[in-house]
Amino acid sequence: MTRKRNQKITDLSPALPLDTLTSIKQSITMNTLTRNLLLGIGAILLAGATLFACQTAGTQRVGDSDAAQKVYVPPGEHDEFYAFMSGGFSGQLTVYGLPSGRLLKTVPVFSHFPENGWGYTEETKNMLNTSYGFAPWDDAHHPELSMTDGVPDGRWIFINGNNTPRVARIDLTEFETTEILEIPNSAGNHGSPFITPDSKYLVATTRFSVPVPNRDMPIDEYKGNFKGMLSFIRADQPGDMDVAFQVLVPGYNYDLAHSGKGPSYGWMFFTSYNSEEANTLLEVNASQNDKDFIAAVNWQRAEECIEAGNARQMPSRYLHNYMDEAHIAQTEEKTSVTVLEPANCEQLVYFLPTPKSPHGVDVDPSGQYIVAGGKLATVIPVHSFEKMQQAIANEDFETVIDGIPVLNYESVIAGEVENPGLGPLHTEFDGKGFAYTTAFISSEIVKWELGTWQVVDRIPVYYSVGHLMIPGGDSQQPAGKYLVALNKITKDRYLPTGPELAHAAQLIDISGEKMKMLLDFPTMGEPHYAQAIAADMIKDKQVQMYPLEENTNPYGIKGEGEARVERDGNEVHVYMSTIRTHFAPDNIEGIQVGDKVYFHVTNLEQDWDIPHGFAILGMNTAELLIMPGQTRSLIWEPKTEGVYPFYCTDFCSALHQEMQGYVRVSKASNNVPLAFGTGN
Amino acid sequence: MKTRSLIQRLLPLLVIGVLLISLSACSSDTDTSNNTEEEANSSQTGGLSEAELENGIGPVESVTLSDKIDEELEERGEEIFKSKCAACHKLEERYVGPPLSTVLSDRTPEYVMNMILNPDEMIKKHPEAKAMLAQYLTPMPNQNHGGRS
Repeated sequence: MTRKRNQKITDLSPALPLDTLTSIKQSITMNTLTRNLLLGIGAILLAGATLFACQTAGTQRVGDSDAAQKVYVPPGEHDEFYAFMSGGFSGQLTVYGLPSGRLLKTVPVFSHFPENGWGYTEETKNMLNTSYGFAPWDDAHHPELSMTDGVPDGRWIFINGNNTPRVARIDLTEFETTEILEIPNSAGNHGSPFITPDSKYLVATTRFSVPVPNRDMPIDEYKGNFKGMLSFIRADQPGDMDVAFQVLVPGYNYDLAHSGKGPSYGWMFFTSYNSEEANTLLEVNASQNDKDFIAAVNWQRAEECIEAGNARQMPSRYLHNYMDEAHIAQTEEKTSVTVLEPANCEQLVYFLPTPKSPHGVDVDPSGQYIVAGGKLATVIPVHSFEKMQQAIANEDFETVIDGIPVLNYESVIAGEVENPGLGPLHTEFDGKGFAYTTAFISSEIVKWELGTWQVVDRIPVYYSVGHLMIPGGDSQQPAGKYLVALNKITKDRYLPTGPELAHAAQLIDISGEKMKMLLDFPTMGEPHYAQAIAADMIKDKQVQMYPLEENTNPYGIKGEGEARVERDGNEVHVYMSTIRTHFAPDNIEGIQVGDKVYFHVTNLEQDWDIPHGFAILGMNTAELLIMPGQTRSLIWEPKTEGVYPFYCTDFCSALHQEMQGYVRVSKASNNVPLAFGTGN
Repeated sequence: MKTRSLIQRLLPLLVIGVLLISLSACSSDTDTSNNTEEEANSSQTGGLSEAELENGIGPVESVTLSDKIDEELEERGEEIFKSKCAACHKLEERYVGPPLSTVLSDRTPEYVMNMILNPDEMIKKHPEAKAMLAQYLTPMPNQNHGGRS
C-alpha cells in the first residue's frame, strides 16, 4: 500500500550532468560573495542582490529572452520546419512545428485511432491485417523521409512497427497512412526503415533472432539455430511495397541501420549486438565480447547474385495492405520471399568489429565515415569507408563467420572520439564538419569535429537522451540550425501528471559555435526518433479536399438525390449524404433487431476544412470523420428496439447542433415498412 | 412529359457557366486568405463599387444569356445542380438555403455566378450576401473549384 509519491529532486542527482552541478555551485559562491560585499550597506540591497543572483543562475540553466524570441512564432504565422516524431508505443506518428514545438497532427499508423475511426471504419480496418490476424497496435520507432539525390524530398515518410514486424508509408500530401507491409522471417523490427539516397530500398532487421523458418524447438538450442534477417524493401513504388530480398545472417540482435551515400552509395550498414548468441539474461550474457559487429551489406552485389540465380525462394506468408484508388484499404497475401545467404554470394556482407554492443550507426554527409554508438564503450569509434574498401581488397580479415569475412578493426578505423560522455547512442551531423552524439547515461549531447575527432562542446539535456534529430541530419544536406533531443525520462520538467509523464523533447540552437538550449516541449507516446524537413517542401502540396466527381467508393453518392436505404436480407445499407447542416436521409424506419446496418456517409462539401462526423447511439465502433468529398462506412448492429438518434460529431457550422437524425428499430418480423427521408 | 419553367432551364446553364469559368479561373488568385489587406482598405474606403453591388464580387464581370438554350449544356448543368446545389436548395420553398425560383428576377446572372464561385468573399463583403447569411445562418459553401485535391 505504500505508493510512491512525488520523488524528491535529490533522487535525480545521478542523472544531473556535471555542468549543472557546477553552475549551481557557482551561483552559491556568487551569492556568498555578494552577501559579504553588501553586509555593510544594508539588508534591503542584499535582498535585491540575492534576487538578481538567483535570476542569473536560472538564466544559465534554461535560456533567456533571446531563446524565447528564437522559438516565438507569432499568431497566424507558420513554423519553419515540419517535425515528424514517432509515437513509439502509441503506434502513431505525430507532427510538430519547429521551432515552436506546437503539435499539429497525430497520424494513426499501426494503431486504432478513435478520433477519426482509423482501424474501425470499413475503409481503413484492412490496414491493420497481418498474418497473425488483426493487429491494432504496434511500437513505432523510426520515421524516415523519402529522399532524392541524398536529400529528403517530402514525398513520403516511412515508419517501422517493431512488435509485429511491419513498415508503413505515409503520404505527405494527405498525412495519411497509405500502405503497410509485413516483414516475414523477422521478429522485433527495430533497425528500420532506413532508406537509400534514391529511395530505392528501405531496410528492416531482426532484433530478436528466431528459428528461420520459425518452428517449435528448445530455446536453449539458440546458438547456431536461430538466425537474423536483413530485409531490403522496394520503397519507390507507392502502393507496391514488397520485400525485394532478405539476407540470412548469424543469430545476433540486429539493431539499427543507415545507408551509405556519395562514395558509399550501394552499401547499407547495420549494427549488431549479442554476437555471444545468448538466449537468457542478455544484460550480462550479451555484454561479454569486447566487440560486436557492424554488418556492411553491398546491396548492388545482392542484385547481381539474384540475377545470377544464387538466391532461393523461401515459402513465407505475409500480408501487404494498401489503399486502392477508391481510398479503401485492401489486403493481399504474399507466399514467398527471395533469400540470399552470404556463403552463396561472395562480397555481399562484411563484419566491421565495433566496441561494445553498438546501438546507432550513422553515416556522415560525405558518405566517408561510419559512426557507431557503442552503448558500453568509452570512445565513439568511427570507421572509414575508404579504409574498409582497402581492407576488403587486401583480404585483411580476422576470421570468417558463416561466409562473412570479419575485417581487422585497426584496418578500418578512422578515429576514436575520446571522452564522448557515458553511454553514447546516436549521432547526427550539421553539414559544417561537426557531429553531435547523444550520451544516455550522462544525459548530454556532445559536439565533436569530424577528422580531428576532438570534442568541442557539450550541453546537458533533461534527462537520459536517446535519439537526437537535426533536420536532414542523416542526409547529404543537413540544415544545421536546430537540434532536437528526444529524452526518455521526464521527472520534474513539467507540471506532474500522476505516475505517467509526457516524454520531453528539447530544442537546441546549433547555428553557433556553442550549443544553446531554446525550448522544452512535451510529446505524445514515446518520440523515439524524429525527422524534419523545411515547411516549404511540403506545405503547398497539401490536399484540401477530394473532388466528388472522382469519388469511386462503391457506396459513395454524388448528390443528395441519390441518398437511400437498401435492404438485402438482414443486411441494410444506408447511402447517406452530409452537407451543412443536415443528413440525408435523417429519418429512417423499418430497421429490425438483428440487422447489420452499414452507414455509408458521403461528405458532399467541397470546401477545405469542412469535415463532418457521424455517430449513433450505442454503436460499438468509433465515429466516422469524413473529409470533403470522401465516403466512410461503419457497421452498426442494434440489439434492442427503440429510436436511436445520430448526429454530426465535428462542429461544422452555426447550426451544427441541429445536424441530427433518428433511426427507428423494431422487433424482428414486424410490419414497419422500410422508409426514409429528409425534410418531408 | 415535363414542361419546365424558364428558371428551371436557366439555372443549369448558369451552373455550367460557372463550371467553365472556374476552369479558367483556377489559376487566378481568388483565395480569400490573401485578402486581409485589401479587406481593411475596402472597409476604410466605404466598400464596394456600383458594379460590385450590382454584380457581386468575383471573377464574372459580364454574362450574356442568349434566348436559345443549348440542350447539351442544360443537361450537364442539371447534373451538376443535382450534385452540388440540390443538397441545400429547392425551387419553390426554403430548404437549407433560399428558394431559387425568383433568383434571376432579384439578382443579375453575374451576381448569381459570383455567389457560386466566390462565396467566402461575398459573405464577408457584400451587404446582400451578408444579409442572407444572417437570415439563413448556414453559409453558402465554397465549391472550391480552385482547391487542391
